[in-house]
Amino acid sequence: MSSNVNAIRKLAEREYKWGFVSEIESESVPKGLNEEMVRLISAKKHEPEFMLEWRLKAYRHWASLERASAEPKWANIRYGPIDYQNMVYYSAPKQKPALESLELLDPEILATYQKLGIPLDEQKRLAGVAVDAVFDSVSVVTTFKEKLREAGVIFCSFSEAVQQHPELVRKYLGSVVPYTDNFFAALNAAVFSDGSFVYVPRDVHCPMELSTYFRINAAETGQFERTLIVADASAYVSYLEGCTAPIRDQNQLHAAVVELVALDDAQIKYSTVQNWYPGDREGKGGIYNFVTKRGKCEGVNSKISWTQVETGSAITWKYPSCILRGDNSVGEFYSVALTNNYQQADTGTKMIHIGKNTKSTIVTKGISAGHGQNTYRGQVKIMKGAVGARNYTQCDSLLIGDKCGAHTFPYIEVRNSSAKMEHEASTSKIGEDQMFYLRQRGIKGEDAISMIVNGFCKRVFRELPMEFAVEAQKLLSVSLEGSVG
Amino acid sequence: MKSPLLEIRNLHVSVDRHQILKGIDLQVNAGEVHSIMGPNGSGKSTLAQVLSRRDAYEVNSGEALLNGEDLLAMKPEEAAWAGVFLAFQYPVEVPGISNAYFLRTAVNAMRKARGLEEMSAMEFLPMFREKLRLLEMDDKLMNRSVNEGFSGGEKKRNEILQMAVLEPKLAILDETDSGLDIDALRVVAKGINAMRGPERAIVVVTHYQRLLDYIVPDFVHVLVDGRIVRSGGPELARELEETGYGSMEASTSAA
Ligand SMILES: Nc1ncnc2c1ncn2[C@@H]1O[C@H](COP(=O)(O)OP(=O)(O)OP(=O)(O)O)[C@@H](O)[C@H]1O
Ligand SMILES: [Mg+2]
Repeated sequence: MSSNVNAIRKLAEREYKWGFVSEIESESVPKGLNEEMVRLISAKKHEPEFMLEWRLKAYRHWASLERASAEPKWANIRYGPIDYQNMVYYSAPKQKPALESLELLDPEILATYQKLGIPLDEQKRLAGVAVDAVFDSVSVVTTFKEKLREAGVIFCSFSEAVQQHPELVRKYLGSVVPYTDNFFAALNAAVFSDGSFVYVPRDVHCPMELSTYFRINAAETGQFERTLIVADASAYVSYLEGCTAPIRDQNQLHAAVVELVALDDAQIKYSTVQNWYPGDREGKGGIYNFVTKRGKCEGVNSKISWTQVETGSAITWKYPSCILRGDNSVGEFYSVALTNNYQQADTGTKMIHIGKNTKSTIVTKGISAGHGQNTYRGQVKIMKGAVGARNYTQCDSLLIGDKCGAHTFPYIEVRNSSAKMEHEASTSKIGEDQMFYLRQRGIKGEDAISMIVNGFCKRVFRELPMEFAVEAQKLLSVSLEGSVG
Repeated sequence: MKSPLLEIRNLHVSVDRHQILKGIDLQVNAGEVHSIMGPNGSGKSTLAQVLSRRDAYEVNSGEALLNGEDLLAMKPEEAAWAGVFLAFQYPVEVPGISNAYFLRTAVNAMRKARGLEEMSAMEFLPMFREKLRLLEMDDKLMNRSVNEGFSGGEKKRNEILQMAVLEPKLAILDETDSGLDIDALRVVAKGINAMRGPERAIVVVTHYQRLLDYIVPDFVHVLVDGRIVRSGGPELARELEETGYGSMEASTSAA
């Protein structure tokens, strides 16, 4: 067993390669949160009155929850109290965002994205992928805007959308995740500084993959971004987000909100490769990733598909969900969550079946290594009117070593007897048998683990857009790789 | 004289404090085929797995040299790189990894360890196809996950396919014949025979003469209760078929 143990130990000692800090002059506001701060953020963004009002309502709601100590406590995660007054709520590079032209962008920022493997300059861009780059609190550049505009697709930073398309923002903002939804959603609504906005008009098949790359750089700063994607009737869009942050001893809060709206026959495919700094080997530092993501299949035959690969963050708390309102609408959730060292993840989904013949699929793969704790929490709710609803759920857990844990909490609520529900679950350990078999064929211990884990996640990787499937696979292998060169 | 490919001297092995191998001596030269026979639980698989360096076993004393090098100091992958191949009595499933991908990864891991260039898919495929034909295997099995949902016979055939692709120096086949139907046995034997050559030694662990009708061994050894109690030529296997192991055990106690 000893050499298997070695491979496992190396795996636990993986290095975080995205942990550098960029020297960029930034403009921050003082620490702390109050109504004045909310007004200040809104003023900095030159927001219309309706935005400020909405933020203030959200802030007051959040403050009442905070006074009542109503931060959610039900998740299977452990962390010390967060001091919301000891945090910076807005930090932006001093230089103005160069939303239209790269020449105006701070070369240091350009270099940062280059180093992260996200080239923003024209020649080196990922073919067929438009990128919105969010740096701390603001979007710094969006690529391929012109090409998208020709197709009628709006892809821009949230701030820009508020200026250019206030009617769309007003109509859909908070329509899926109201600020009253939960503690972190309220906080986000009050202070969110930027994010991405997508609108795909009727009958348009978005000609390229859209993606947002989130980078936290500033210290002691929370990142609160908000993404809103609307696919009008018969539209299609595939969107991907990626994220990284520097190595820091202190925990940093990332409380994002994502809202998706799919109208009749529309389809949204939303993929996440989450690689925030996970903390060190002793569990010091790392991002608290407390995120609310929800999609509404508003129209008939609409479809929303979430795929997530969660390898980073000290703590992950997120449940990308689907409200299946339109008849025949389809919701999907495919997830890989890896917890290593002292990482904790409590993640899963909610599928709310309202319309007739609605269908949902949940496939999750949890991998725990080191002292990692991995929880699947999922809810499937079949409402009275959801005649002929169907759900298929499959939750598999893989344990590497014997100090980690896997937990599963499925909640099922069925109010219509015609519903068909299927649930499968498994927990397995990387077996000595499997390891020996692979190593007997000449595959080194660490590579054997990575191969077994990749095989375990195959069903989910298949759902990622081609351009990112390979990346995700590599990321997983790197996350499993030891620190020896 | 060059040293034997495999030389085992006075090997004692235990598992969880149970003594399983109680002093094995065995010499195998390149170009030879040896057969190891013996009753259930006598230690045949233990010997095979110790030689391929499964680390659940404790070597209490004795040694095993591969080309004069200390085999027992190697990790499983190092033994594999040095040319040891084990066809498993119970092949293991690897969900989500296709057979073809698995084999190419294995081939390249070996090549890399030996300082050779990795094989591209273009170079790998023709060689792979040829071996598939040799073992009369369906291409479709290659896109399926390693051993997952394979029938017993398909798993065994897959082991021999892997051997054919990896071209080991010392192949240890642990009951590859059990679970094979008559036609499959013939095909697998053909595959094994195709691998016979002056550079390679094959150790066949089996309970049945049936296999040895196809693969005629140079030597037969009888393993009883952790010891080799008799060695001989192919005729020894036929003798066993008639008399069973009872008389062998008697002969040890007499010795
Ligand atoms: N962990 C263990 N603890 C105790 N005894 C063990 C352990 N593992 C194996 N053994 C014993 O070692 C002995 C040898 O097993 P081995 O698998 O080598 O036999 P074999 O000759 O290959 O038998 P078969 O012909 O049935 O395949 C058996 O009696 C088995 O029960
Ligand atoms: Mg055996």
